[in-house]
Amino acid sequence: MLIKKPSDIPSSEITPKSTYMSRRNFIVGAAASGAALAGGLYLREHSDNSSDVQASGVKLAGVVKSPFSTTEPATSFKDITNYNNYYEFSTDKYEPNGLSKDFRTRPWSVSFDGMVKKPKKLDIDAILKLAPLEERIYRHRCVEGWSMVIPWVGIPLSAVIKQADPLPGAKFVAFQTVMAPDQMPNQKRDVLDWPYVEGLRMDEAMHPLAILAVGLYDETLPNVDGAPLRLVVPWKYGFKGIKAIVKISFTDTMPPTTWNKMAPDEYGFYSNVNPNKDHPRWSQATERRIGEFRKRPTLMFNGYDQVASLYNGLDLQKNY
Amino acid sequence: MKPPPEKWIRTLKVAAFLSCLGPAAVLTWKGFHDGLGANPIDVITRTTGKWTLTFLLITLSVTPVRKLSGQAFLIRFRRMLGNFAFFYGTLHLMTYVWLDKFFDVHAMLHDIVKRRFITAGLTAWLLMLPLALTSTTGWIRRLGGKRWQMLHRLIYFSAAAGVIHFIWLVKADLRRPLTYGAILIALLAYRLIVWAMNRIRLRKENVRQPVRA
Repeated sequence: MLIKKPSDIPSSEITPKSTYMSRRNFIVGAAASGAALAGGLYLREHSDNSSDVQASGVKLAGVVKSPFSTTEPATSFKDITNYNNYYEFSTDKYEPNGLSKDFRTRPWSVSFDGMVKKPKKLDIDAILKLAPLEERIYRHRCVEGWSMVIPWVGIPLSAVIKQADPLPGAKFVAFQTVMAPDQMPNQKRDVLDWPYVEGLRMDEAMHPLAILAVGLYDETLPNVDGAPLRLVVPWKYGFKGIKAIVKISFTDTMPPTTWNKMAPDEYGFYSNVNPNKDHPRWSQATERRIGEFRKRPTLMFNGYDQVASLYNGLDLQKNY
Repeated sequence: MKPPPEKWIRTLKVAAFLSCLGPAAVLTWKGFHDGLGANPIDVITRTTGKWTLTFLLITLSVTPVRKLSGQAFLIRFRRMLGNFAFFYGTLHLMTYVWLDKFFDVHAMLHDIVKRRFITAGLTAWLLMLPLALTSTTGWIRRLGGKRWQMLHRLIYFSAAAGVIHFIWLVKADLRRPLTYGAILIALLAYRLIVWAMNRIRLRKENVRQPVRA
């Protein structure tokens, strides 16, 4: 048997104590921080954050409940207002809340034009009186794979369209966000093709589930969520819900939409929530509900099956 | 230039080690104090990814900084920095495997084949793996300096794959990934210039002293 005497081992082969100690520290440190991270997550998951509702806006009076509301627990006010895609302010979801604090929502008016009997401009406070304010607790599914449950306050989009008196030939409704580069820093850069535009087919827009939201948690809409007026179409991905609307137009041709212009192979005109149609870069089969640890399956039309008949005969793989 | 005394270097190494653990410590602290916002897993994914790329670039800057400053002792920090790139890269990968996919092998294989940004990210990690495994002095000796050095040039490709991974996953606004890309290109360009200058110098020397037949 060969037993090496200490003197046979060249000194270059002996790992210096400091080296192996630092390696050991490294492994221990790595394991410890990994475990601590997992522990922190576990605690967060199991700590109650539903009491985060805090005052911000003005209480809205006369809000009536709606049978369209879900009974699922609503996401906290804190999360709804601190985790937002509002690219006019920032592409970082945590920044728009702070950056939009001083955004001016009064005076505010909305133009109605295109294929209407008579173009007009309506003040936001007049729009608020077009129909009784309703609470609509809707599921909200972002195209990025996360979701929330949001207690919107709003009025049916159909009521707003009716007062605009569109011509019978109008087939589409187009929406436009305000252009205010002095208040919206990213509008000074070409992050997206500003102003943000969105659109719906007329029958989609007239569906009772589609609303224009003016509030959240029974109060006026926080700036970060699209104040003073934003679209909410709960069976479509969140980016269809255009914010800070200043123009609603009626056309007979499919209007351009911002994300479709940006990446037509990734974002279609319809953008209905569809677990069977993957985004080219990620799966849409599951989603992470904010506040939950494990992912849940995504439902067709975000669970709003009553809109399915709008798309009879339409190939939803091609018309995504 | 004279290197700092051995005692200083050792103290510096401890300080560097602790600073390198900083991002993980901050993330952990925030995790315990409700500081990770609405979507903690998203924050952990992004933060660990950002630090993986950052440590790759810091590791790649050791040689240029060492040569330009003449501080040869800096080489002694490179292994630690590289291993921290691997450490954050592994946390990043584990976030995906565990917190995002819950060890769903089928879904992950589907992702790897279908989603090019996942393919690029996994490639970047796999290229780091042999480097971390052979980072010990024993392995340098076993492979021999030349071969070891050849193997460890994989870091160039790992960092490139990492930057591509970042570029491909962004929805709009490429400023952040392109910043990483620009720094990487500068660090690789430095090496290319040094290599080209060495070749020119060698050729000149060969002309001056022709090899005897």
